[in-house]
Amino acid sequence: MIGFFLRRLGESMLAIWGVVTIVFFVTRVLGDPAALLLPIGASAADIEALRDQLGLNQPLMVQYFHFVTSALQGDFGTSFQHGRDAMDVVLERLPATATLALTAIALGLVIGAVAGSVAALKRGSAVELLVMAVALLGQATPVFWLGIMLILCFAVNLGWLPTGGYGTIWHLILPAVTLAVFVSASIARLLRSSMLDILQEDYIRTAKAKGLLRSTVFFWHVARNALIPVVTMTAILTGELLGGSVVTETVFAWPGIGRLIIQAIEAKDFPIIQAGITLIAAIFVLINFLVDLLYGVLDPRIRKAR
Amino acid sequence: MTALLDIRNLTVEFDTPGGTVQAVNGLSYRVEEGETLGIVGESGSGKSVHILALLGLLPTPPARIVSGEAWFNGQNLMTLSDRALREIRGGQIGMVFQDPMSSLNPVLTVGRQLREVLQRHTGLRGHALKARMVELLDIVGIPHPEARLSQYPHEFSGGMRQRVLIAIGMACNPRLLIADEATTALDVTVQAQILDLVRKLKADFGTTVIWVTHDMGVVAELADTVQVMYGGRIMERGPVRAVFHDPRSAYTWGLLKSLPTEGARTQKRLYQIPGSPPNMANMPAGDPFAPRNPFATERCHTEVPPLRNVDGSQDHQFAAWYDLPALLAREAADAEASS
Repeated sequence: MIGFFLRRLGESMLAIWGVVTIVFFVTRVLGDPAALLLPIGASAADIEALRDQLGLNQPLMVQYFHFVTSALQGDFGTSFQHGRDAMDVVLERLPATATLALTAIALGLVIGAVAGSVAALKRGSAVELLVMAVALLGQATPVFWLGIMLILCFAVNLGWLPTGGYGTIWHLILPAVTLAVFVSASIARLLRSSMLDILQEDYIRTAKAKGLLRSTVFFWHVARNALIPVVTMTAILTGELLGGSVVTETVFAWPGIGRLIIQAIEAKDFPIIQAGITLIAAIFVLINFLVDLLYGVLDPRIRKAR
Repeated sequence: MTALLDIRNLTVEFDTPGGTVQAVNGLSYRVEEGETLGIVGESGSGKSVHILALLGLLPTPPARIVSGEAWFNGQNLMTLSDRALREIRGGQIGMVFQDPMSSLNPVLTVGRQLREVLQRHTGLRGHALKARMVELLDIVGIPHPEARLSQYPHEFSGGMRQRVLIAIGMACNPRLLIADEATTALDVTVQAQILDLVRKLKADFGTTVIWVTHDMGVVAELADTVQVMYGGRIMERGPVRAVFHDPRSAYTWGLLKSLPTEGARTQKRLYQIPGSPPNMANMPAGDPFAPRNPFATERCHTEVPPLRNVDGSQDHQFAAWYDLPALLAREAADAEASS
């Protein structure tokens, strides 16, 4: 088990390093931040002076080496726009993103689990058809469009909820619902097909032949096995949403990581981009690790294999 | 003796894209208390399907139970509610399925899978429950039963899993134990051990057993009565000794002839029944076996033969228009004349 942890830790560091390296070089292709930071009409000498100050005139490999060694010590540089520690700026946005992401996942998981189970158990009925049609629609609807429609309906026309912003639970409802629609639709579809597979298994017939109550068969035999792929899907979705749901955060003016990074890319604020992407990569890796541990709990065959 | 199970005119159909498939055709038979019935047939003979239909385990649709009664212990299983049937399944009727690799839930411990059937049908709780679980694994010959309870199916070999399935089927001392191809997936040594085990269980508890298989050899070892099925019908049925020594259906004869005989070290290839099982969506009009039957008569192709008694016998029945012993005798005489 200790070997397993060490191996996973090594793999994780390698993955994060890879992501960070790619992002470092890609951002350098974006263009010159110095020209953007200074007011229009600044002299070439001023721009050159700023480039020197930001360290952008050093050879690329020197910049990269400097970045990696500082990053290893937790220093991602100073934001060009904010003039503060880049990671601090990113971390300030994490609570907003996490609140939105976890609310959407929780909501989507509950709705998706119920809808997917009902569809699987009522196979061939009108209920299944309806659930699957709605789920397909939910998965196919572009998030920005759904967000705008919800704003139009509930904020503009009915005036029940704010159009955007951050602060109260009322601000949270529309963006969370927007994301939960996609999450629940994905989970419902996956859970249904997973359950239909499990229902065909011989051990379900064995369970029924024991005369077990329907609820016992459903929860202990069907759901328990059907959940395994759903856990993976939920983890991937959680990772994506914790990395900031760019579109939703933009539509609802939600001050999260996704929106911060988009703004940083527009401003060519390299330290923010690098700090933000490193954090997202770390979150992804951590979630993957947690899922692997969860697999061991859900499936004893995997536990043994370690 | 009284009949523990009395099946009358059971017909099961499947709706498939290729048309309606007649899986079981007006099947009727009785199983006496304490009897061991061996049901033999190849895939598509209706042997497994009718068992699943009895227990309400056939998915409907695509299956459809067209007609039939199945009296068990004074109740017609076909008209019982789902709830009432669940009380009987696992309790009074124990079921052992084929393929030990897939018939146990991979994510639950063996102990849990054994416990749930006991909790459902018996009042055993706490220490008594645990003791019964250990006892059951011990009865079916699993070493270190106490430690094994907390293990998962993948930690057991195929033979050991089959024993677990038998333990589950026997757990609540059922009056009827039905095994469907329970030893098919196992190697011969393990199969012999399992058959010994079932014989012992019968001797100790007087359990009535229905053993569904495609293996005539297993039937010869285990059963009192053999019932040969083909195309959803009974082709022949009777005491094992009578059927094996004096087969009246060409299908039974073919099955027996294709058995390897002990000690015979001939270079001869084993007999093979010609052709393949019938297309269930498009059954032949007459005797379902007629297209593969070298002895088939004109009438076999047009009219379904009824099940009737062998002359002078009370319990040996067969369904055929031809007289197999006479035909075989003539064949033997011809062979002798030409040599």
